[in-house]
Amino acid sequence: MKYIDEFNDPDLARRLLDEIHATATHPWALMEVCGGQTHSIIRHGIDQLLPEQVELIHGPGCPVCVTPLDVIDQALEIASRQGVIFCSFGDMLRVPGSDRDLFRVKGEGGDVRVVYSPLDALELARRNPDREVVFFAIGFETTAPANAMAVHQARRLGLTNFSLLVSHVRVPPAIEAIMTSPVCRVQGFLAAGHVCSVMGTAEYPQLAERFGVPLVVTGFEPLDILEGIRRAVRQLERGEHRVENAYARAVREAGNPAALRMIEEVFEVTDRNWRGIGRIPLSGWRLAKAFRAYDAEHRFDVGGIRTEEPAECRSGEVLQGLIKPTECAAFGTTCTPRTPLGATMVSSEGACAAYYLYRRMNGPTPQATRATREEMNPVA
Amino acid sequence: MCLAVPGKVVAIDGSADPLTGLIDFGGVQKQACLEYVPDVRVGEYVIVHVGFALQRLDEESALASLKLFEELGLLEEEFGDAWEQAAQEDGTSAASERENSGSEAR
Amino acid sequence: MPELADTIDPARWTCPAPLRDQPVVVMGHGGGGALSAELMEQVFAPAYGNATLAALTDSAVLQLGGARLAFSTDSYVVRPLFFPGGSLGDLAVNGTVNDLAMSGARPAYLSAAFVLEEGVELTVVERIARAMGAAAETAGVTIATGDTKVVESGHGDGVYVTTAGVGLVPDGVDIRPQRARPGDAVIVSGPIGLHGVAIMSVREGLEFGVEIASDTAPLADLVAAMLSVTPDIHVLRDPTRGGLAASLNEIARASGTGVRLNERVIPVPDAVANACGFLGLDPLYVANEGRLVAFVPGSAADEVLAAMRAHPQGAGATLIGECVAEHPGMVVVSTGLGGTRVVDLPLGEQLPRIC
Repeated sequence: MKYIDEFNDPDLARRLLDEIHATATHPWALMEVCGGQTHSIIRHGIDQLLPEQVELIHGPGCPVCVTPLDVIDQALEIASRQGVIFCSFGDMLRVPGSDRDLFRVKGEGGDVRVVYSPLDALELARRNPDREVVFFAIGFETTAPANAMAVHQARRLGLTNFSLLVSHVRVPPAIEAIMTSPVCRVQGFLAAGHVCSVMGTAEYPQLAERFGVPLVVTGFEPLDILEGIRRAVRQLERGEHRVENAYARAVREAGNPAALRMIEEVFEVTDRNWRGIGRIPLSGWRLAKAFRAYDAEHRFDVGGIRTEEPAECRSGEVLQGLIKPTECAAFGTTCTPRTPLGATMVSSEGACAAYYLYRRMNGPTPQATRATREEMNPVA
Repeated sequence: MCLAVPGKVVAIDGSADPLTGLIDFGGVQKQACLEYVPDVRVGEYVIVHVGFALQRLDEESALASLKLFEELGLLEEEFGDAWEQAAQEDGTSAASERENSGSEAR
Repeated sequence: MPELADTIDPARWTCPAPLRDQPVVVMGHGGGGALSAELMEQVFAPAYGNATLAALTDSAVLQLGGARLAFSTDSYVVRPLFFPGGSLGDLAVNGTVNDLAMSGARPAYLSAAFVLEEGVELTVVERIARAMGAAAETAGVTIATGDTKVVESGHGDGVYVTTAGVGLVPDGVDIRPQRARPGDAVIVSGPIGLHGVAIMSVREGLEFGVEIASDTAPLADLVAAMLSVTPDIHVLRDPTRGGLAASLNEIARASGTGVRLNERVIPVPDAVANACGFLGLDPLYVANEGRLVAFVPGSAADEVLAAMRAHPQGAGATLIGECVAEHPGMVVVSTGLGGTRVVDLPLGEQLPRIC
């Protein structure tokens, strides 16, 4: 058992697809919350293999995409300063702030470095005691234990030149925000497997109950995603709305207790802005009081930076499945993958970027994309 | 959210702080922090995200999932081709399109 | 055209900056993707103003006297200087030899210009020079002229090497991206992604253990073997920076055709797939230094494949797809599950993802 190849088997995928097809008799709209799942869906072309009745709405689950514009601007400001080594996960570097991105800051002489792990940033702080090392601590619950450990270790080691620019977000409040939107179309969720590996499933039954939606904890390989869809559709067809765990090999009901203790110690819940969506109450984490000394926002006094998002960008509505990217006036004109206005165009698997690519294909082919089919039958 | 991949624990450095181990990702080896899976043993698989093992993978559950998928197929073989059945039910003309993509997948 | 032998570099992870109006040079301008192309099209080509350059091929084919000459130059700035399977020296020779070979030429002479940073150990320079000499001998070319400059400490990155090369293009051979046409078979000469992953595995800040080596190798002899089957090979490209994805997109755009690949048959070694897996990269975008991709008429595909497989540099040659009339300018992959996805031109280089 290698836990990868086995869950990529085309024959088993076909069986799952057959089963989904046989099960789905009504149109259903499911949202996968996680950007990693969106990536897998696009990468394997899973959306094109599903029956017409099953629509996948790509949710706001890419931590890079949802990091708000003002936090990016704060990052750009800090990274520009003399004496700072600014560390980030690779995919944050190209996300545009109001007028530039971290690549530009680097090109203009800022010391911006890509790290694989927050512990690598910590190590840089150890080796460069005369420099301020700042780590851009973005992410969902999955990344929180890693970022928490970095700051916890910094305190233990007595490092005073290390800090985090925190923009952590949490899934359950986002689901709540999506479901309370008056025009919400989502009827079921594929819950993010790796978030649940850390957090467990305790937060979800109340959401399933309150909004009457199935929530299926889902993994990331093609068979995992198909199984998540199969179970969600089966519940919907039966009129059920429960939490199911379709990723049992990596998710326990109680999550990871050691990781949860660390999160509890280092972070506290706070309101957060989500790029393209707006402010969601209690939807994020910031450093707890005891760790405030490691908060880059305070250390570099950038808390005053507030930026409005471009008004013409409707990525929020796209993220909530309310409009298709093509219904936005900026789509393909002022907003392209080269010049993105919003989250959904920044990431290569963002809904707008994916639409943009598929639209460039020359008309419907035998393997017509879902996007093309939908455009041909707007009612569906 | 969050690219996390399964890997096999091939060595544990009990003296490292935080607890660290060497993880093998199918021929690619990288150190990861094991502080969140303190009782993991060499030979077990963990799921790794940004240099941290987040959870142990449970082989029994994995095998159970795969067995379930295989049984789905067996049920179908008894009841005939679900593609066709469903295409007839919803009366779409998509059957030929699916056949095309279906043959590609095999 | 200038082609850095550099690849994905976590320390300088280059720029897929989606901002169009970059007023300064960013790393992505050297990344072999859309930003590189724009720099070429908007800055260099208009300034130089000639049709040969405007063809934007790996090497220029020039009429000189009675001969058709292929001419190419390339700068090499790889870090680290030595890596599993090779060194900067191997790349500096093989890269230029391969650029010449991609127009069907038999490479003959190279020049070598060094930019050395004050303080670099002479033994390092010597090792690189020896590697170049050995690579030239293997490739059957002569390093005929050279130059050395030294810059102050801190103004360079150890050693930069620029090579230029010339070779003769045989009569009846016309290989360029514009010649791809529907019905062509798309063949890759062996497993992809080895060079990029080998380099990444020893980059500061990312080190991982993996038992694979760069594929750096000269390809002119393999090309000659292919041409002996048919002179009518339409396109050759060595998919270096930007990987197979960048090369195929360039060909699709230049020829106005589409490319359709079958993902299940693309040869990706397990170690490459798994390294890409934990970094969140796509092997199609990872650099190669000893591979070529060929567009040959469908009728000749079997014979060309057989000739390639009989050659040591083409032992792993595989038919991975075809050139089609649909979706002109685009590369589309049929996935293992039977879906499709678009493989776009990278902007700069790939970034490791957390998401």
